[in-house]
Amino acid sequence: MKAPLSWLKDYVDIDVSAEELQAKLFSCGFEVEELINIGKDITGVVVGEVIECEPVEGTHLSKCRVDCGGKGIFQICCGADNVKKGIKAPCALVGATVYATAKDHVTVEGVMTIKKGKLRGIESEGMLCSGAELGVNGDMYEGGDYCGLLLLPKDCENGADVKPVLGLDDYIFDIGVTANRPDCQSILGIAREVAAALGKPVKEPDYSYKAVAGSYEKIEICDLAPDICPRYIGHYVKDVKTAPSPLWLRKRLALCGLRSISNIVDITNFVLLELGQPMHAFDLRTLDGRKVIIRRAENGEKITTLDGNEFELNSENLVICDDKKPVALAGIMGGLNSEIKDDTAEVLFESAKFARDSVRKTARALGQHSDSSALFEKGVNEYTTEHAISRALNLIQTLKCGVVTDVHIDITTENSRLESKKMTVSVSKINALLGIEVPAKRMAEILKSLNFGVTLKGDEMELTVPRYREDIDGYPDIAEEIIRFYGYDNIKGTFLPSASITNGGFTDEQKLQRRIKGELVAKGLYEISTYSFYSQKDLDMLHFPADAHERKAIRILNPISEDLSIMRTTLAPSMVNVIVRNLRRGNMEGRLFEQAKIYIADELPVKTFPKEKEVIALGLWGKQDFFDLKGIIDCIAGVLNVKFEYAPTEKPYLHPGITAKILCDGVEIGYAGMLSPEVADELALDRFAYIAEIDYDKLKKHAKPFKYSPISKFAEVTRDLALTCDRAVTCADIENEIYAACKFVTDVRLFDVYIGEQIEKGKKSMAFKVTFTPKDEPIEERVDGFVKKILSNLKFKLNIVLR
Amino acid sequence: MQEKINEIEQQIDEAVQDVQSSKSLQEIKLKFLGRTGKISELMKNMRDVPPEQRPSMGKLLNALRQWTEEKFNAIEKRLKDIELKKRYSDEKIDVTLPGRAAADGAYHPNTLVVNELVSIFSGMGFEVFEGPEIENDYYNFTALNTPADHPARDMQDTFYLAPELLLRTQTSAGQIRVMENKKPPIKILSPGKVYRSDDDATHSPMFSQMEGLVVDKGITLCDLKGMLDEFAKKIFGEGVKTRLRPSYFPFTEPSVEVDVSCFECGGKGCRLCKGTGWIEVLGAGMVNRRVLEGCGIDPDIYTGFAFGMGVERIAMLKYGINNMKLLFEGDTRFLKQFKG
Repeated sequence: MKAPLSWLKDYVDIDVSAEELQAKLFSCGFEVEELINIGKDITGVVVGEVIECEPVEGTHLSKCRVDCGGKGIFQICCGADNVKKGIKAPCALVGATVYATAKDHVTVEGVMTIKKGKLRGIESEGMLCSGAELGVNGDMYEGGDYCGLLLLPKDCENGADVKPVLGLDDYIFDIGVTANRPDCQSILGIAREVAAALGKPVKEPDYSYKAVAGSYEKIEICDLAPDICPRYIGHYVKDVKTAPSPLWLRKRLALCGLRSISNIVDITNFVLLELGQPMHAFDLRTLDGRKVIIRRAENGEKITTLDGNEFELNSENLVICDDKKPVALAGIMGGLNSEIKDDTAEVLFESAKFARDSVRKTARALGQHSDSSALFEKGVNEYTTEHAISRALNLIQTLKCGVVTDVHIDITTENSRLESKKMTVSVSKINALLGIEVPAKRMAEILKSLNFGVTLKGDEMELTVPRYREDIDGYPDIAEEIIRFYGYDNIKGTFLPSASITNGGFTDEQKLQRRIKGELVAKGLYEISTYSFYSQKDLDMLHFPADAHERKAIRILNPISEDLSIMRTTLAPSMVNVIVRNLRRGNMEGRLFEQAKIYIADELPVKTFPKEKEVIALGLWGKQDFFDLKGIIDCIAGVLNVKFEYAPTEKPYLHPGITAKILCDGVEIGYAGMLSPEVADELALDRFAYIAEIDYDKLKKHAKPFKYSPISKFAEVTRDLALTCDRAVTCADIENEIYAACKFVTDVRLFDVYIGEQIEKGKKSMAFKVTFTPKDEPIEERVDGFVKKILSNLKFKLNIVLR
Repeated sequence: MQEKINEIEQQIDEAVQDVQSSKSLQEIKLKFLGRTGKISELMKNMRDVPPEQRPSMGKLLNALRQWTEEKFNAIEKRLKDIELKKRYSDEKIDVTLPGRAAADGAYHPNTLVVNELVSIFSGMGFEVFEGPEIENDYYNFTALNTPADHPARDMQDTFYLAPELLLRTQTSAGQIRVMENKKPPIKILSPGKVYRSDDDATHSPMFSQMEGLVVDKGITLCDLKGMLDEFAKKIFGEGVKTRLRPSYFPFTEPSVEVDVSCFECGGKGCRLCKGTGWIEVLGAGMVNRRVLEGCGIDPDIYTGFAFGMGVERIAMLKYGINNMKLLFEGDTRFLKQFKG
């Protein structure tokens, strides 16, 4: 919301500096995002009178003497075609800063400093300026568009600063207005807050007009959509004379960034800025049947808006129609067919309220946005709807550009809000919410300064809420109004003096999750965080077949881009992408993990809450292998006090010989493996990469609490067994068999594998260190027997012999 | 006898004259004091000494023995000192050589911040609640006093998965789930991922929030301020102050924006605080009556406050991270700097 200081001063007697006002607005909830001093680049420019002017022969230049009052009289060389003796113009003294313009004398190319110089050998101490050189156009100051000198009135004092003369001493407040205060999307709305902050009254704009009674041809307005058009006011103006607007009006629009079009259109834009009510003016001769019908569009109906865009409409779109055709997209933009033209003689002004979401949906669906739709989406109030039409008619009379008739058609519906809200609040309850004691009298003062009607009765305040404050709902809103102006500095920190004691912290499950993270960090992994969405392309990258369950991903209906369009069903693609990125950046080795959710729908398209499953992904690359990865995974088992088993498996993106599924109590809870050479080649990876994923939600169910098991008083016994077996026999087969053969075995550890000449073809040798742990009595003497039993079992079941 | 003793003494003096190592000293020592050493031999010869001479002879021999031992001990000590010094100098290492790499993992900066926040607030009695990331319209908006036509819905662009299902735009959605199931006193902290359809230099379509909620009897705006003062001191350092200023969120009334005094410049104004002396860190407010009512909590008996902050924003401020994208790239050169 842009509010020029000069405009705010129309309604409030502002006697503080722009910076002080900025601070006041900030403390009452209106952050000035930018304070723009419109003349900030212009310095050292004064009023100069040309007292001598001689043409320089053979050039377009004139040698002038310029009287700058107290600043002195200077010789200035000037090339403008309108320089002559007796005129007054802005004079940039040596050292002044003005805009440098391109050859077209209009386009600003930067700021330049005026230096003493010579033009064609003639000394020049300064520069006489055009409007463009001072950043002033024809809407800001009469003559500002002219390519020659900007002429100043004769009564300007020589040597005076030109900035106040040209309005360059003005400021524009670019204010962030919160969504609950649509009433402040206007100059007047901001002025009301300024007045309350400064403790001054608001001078309301002039809403008065004199209607000329008469018997006019009938105009009909019919609201067929009262649910989304709760209020519609039309007023007929005749004998319209379109013309350019006067300077003061053009200047106001220009300061707020709007282009002047013609008096009638400018009046509607002025009211939009001043009051925050979008208005529209129809050329009445184009309305068939002199009728206005507010209705939902028919499917397939078309309209071409003022900007020349054609839209095909449907029943979601609210349109303003005449007897035959749509003439405006309600609240968004008028139709080209009914726009104000130079010869328009009869105008119907519209001031209406359209429902926020109706305007928003249509504007979004059609991609057609305007200042008007922006305001309707934020919400207009009917107090303003009523006053806007009066203000527009007042301006018609001020500008003498039409005859205001007494044809005023006000369509109210059951959804209209015509009454002021009344409420009773308790002073003590407000103070109880704030935690401080604001005196009731002070509360009343603050509320009165905000135009509330206030009657104080003991602890109770009877309030009449201003009609434009539709945000006021309950006593907490009143509390906020009070503390905004009483000052948040008065809120002093307390520490829940009256609250009950509660027991805080993580749940056991949250703790377990954090212990796993801690374990992985302790094992040298870095934690990563990647987006919860990716694309089908990421699944293609890992060769997931079309029917893989990972493909059944939930689609985002309105993704930012196709790359971020489906919810993850596996963390593997994200991990692989991070590894690829690291390798491309020269990080040749790394260990990463991510703990995040995957999203699994019962059916697609998704209708009910999908499952959100917590998954842990691991990624290793560089000088590491499968067993480094496995060692880390076993550490996770350690945290949960469980044991993992591994069995060969296959995944579309992993090396078929170097991939294992991970089992816990016989349940598959994840996998680990090496990225297949095929995928690695496609990604141009020159290092091996290893990936694992563990379904944490499944795994956590197996977690067992820790318990101390007493240390035996008797010594453990270890034996090394070198075994010869078929190559197909796995380490796990042998381990399991050894454990099964003797209950005293507490650890079986492979320490060597040999395949080669020393051994029969097709066989391999594996050496294990087996630990026997005694319980209540020594076992030294029994160990030979245990070993015998183990060996005979191995021979019998797996055809394994001692080497 | 005395002669023999003198002779031995002389022999010892000669023997140790050039001794260089404690090892050769040991050999010499054996030659004299060993079981078959010269002094021991003399001792054995005592048997042949007439009984009346034995006491005086014994004295002489003992004196010899003592003299010898002391001599050897002294030499031994000197040699050991020399040897030790030599060893020290031989074994001297370049202590600036690199240490052998130990496992060096690191938490993600977000995790560091969340853990720190949780430890601050759990000490104040907050439980941790983690709600679902996929929410429906009711929990994310309607129950938070943001009905379908509410302008606040424009404040945040929402990713929809189905007409009624969406990626939560705020962890506040979890507030409702807690209040529906738990009666006051309530003190919860709700960290988690949230999603908004924004992607530029300062916005990420996925980021993390931390939401706090207190509902009890007699909770005031001053209590909110007091708690946030505590938070600011613990996260950003002693001496950091907070400032409340009016703002708007549909689910709180009054609503405030909370700034902390700039911990970089102490409030004087610097680049971090853009010269204002203050840094915006979170939004907060008193829980809206309609929100409490919707959850079956009587707003005439209970009041509460809620606050919510962006975890990445806190991490970026705290660690001086200048680009949000770094947090989601997984570059090990970035990650290894957070060994908190």
